[in-house]
Amino acid sequence: MDIAVTLVIQGLVFFAVAWGVMKFGWPHIIAAIEARQKKIADGLAAANKSQKDLDEALARSKEIIREARDRATQIVDQAGKRSNEIVEEAKGTAASEAQRLVSQARDEVARESSRAREGLTREVGKLAVEGASRLLGREIDPKTHAELLDKLAAEIARG
Amino acid sequence: MAQEDSAGGMTGYIKHHLTHLTVNQGHGVFWSIHLDSVIFKALISLFFVTLFVMVARRATSGVPGKLQAAVEIIVEFVDGMVKDTFHGSSKFIAPLAITTFCIVFLENFMDMLPVDALPAAGKLFGAEHLRVVATADINTTVGMALGVFLLLWYIGIKSKGVMLFFKEWFTAPFHAHGIWAVLLAPINLLLRLIEEGVRPLSLSLRLFGNMYAGELIFLLIACFTLDAALNHVSTYILGGAQFVAGFIWTAFHILIITLQAFIFMTLTIVYASMAAERH
Repeated sequence: MDIAVTLVIQGLVFFAVAWGVMKFGWPHIIAAIEARQKKIADGLAAANKSQKDLDEALARSKEIIREARDRATQIVDQAGKRSNEIVEEAKGTAASEAQRLVSQARDEVARESSRAREGLTREVGKLAVEGASRLLGREIDPKTHAELLDKLAAEIARG
Repeated sequence: MAQEDSAGGMTGYIKHHLTHLTVNQGHGVFWSIHLDSVIFKALISLFFVTLFVMVARRATSGVPGKLQAAVEIIVEFVDGMVKDTFHGSSKFIAPLAITTFCIVFLENFMDMLPVDALPAAGKLFGAEHLRVVATADINTTVGMALGVFLLLWYIGIKSKGVMLFFKEWFTAPFHAHGIWAVLLAPINLLLRLIEEGVRPLSLSLRLFGNMYAGELIFLLIACFTLDAALNHVSTYILGGAQFVAGFIWTAFHILIITLQAFIFMTLTIVYASMAAERH
């Protein structure tokens, strides 16, 4: 019986101390454990995230390189096409210019020759009138005989 | 229990509680085995090893569970201490320190349980005497200290070689040359012998003394209501006193058991560190 009372009080003491530890000590221990868990979880999450970021960046860089390569090829193609076009255009321009120059020259020549012919006609007319007036021994009045002279000149021009 | 003891009363109660469950294996006191100390130490060691092996087996490199986190905190703490203190290159000092700390702490922790509870339970199984705090048995602490002593020799010989190890017995701590070296050799040897003896003694006696004294105070506190009768007023006053005193001492004892386990571990590390050093 005596032991029972002692033992009961000892048990009460034990549970009182256990309660005290639960109440005042345990939260600190749990907090330390949870802080550690959180630290590890955060660290792992950060590592995961950076790994994912790295993967994404790698994929992106590959994509960018591929795009750039495509674009470069496209630009080279375009440049080649454009240069061909320019050459063709230049050729066309040169040909038409040559054509134009030739026709211009031809026009010029035609104009010159017709002018020369006109000049010659007039000269011949004048000579003819002069020769006729000499032959007739008198002055031919160009006004009076304008119609005749013109007819003559036209005849010469035709011939 | 107390009435059955021949001496009776307080003296009988305390005497009874300080008697080990003993098996005699031969003639004389030396050949007796304290079964209670051995059994409780074995059980506690088994508990510790099982717990840690279980946690280690289930250990995840991801976010640890609460138990794993707790074990990790202990391991990290002790490992940090060993790294700070022990400058040798031994790999088993940190595990040894953790084991030492945990087992000594758990053995000390048996002191927290009501001092009459397990002996009363033991009585049901026919154990006349039962002491549950293995570290309050000088045989246990001396045994552990001898283990540390052998370990120190092992570390010393391993890190210095047999020749240098024994040579240092005569050349350290007083270094000298020529005739002086010869003259100082006996003094060095004497100091060395004292040192070798003091280390296991201080380790074992400190732990044993603290735990034994703690247990004794628990017994004294229990004596408040010894032989008390329920129909007596004094029982309730003394019962209250026992509760208050018991509470204070139990709460205070939490610090002592932790501190003693910590000191045992720290001194083991420090001694190991000194044993590995060349003088």
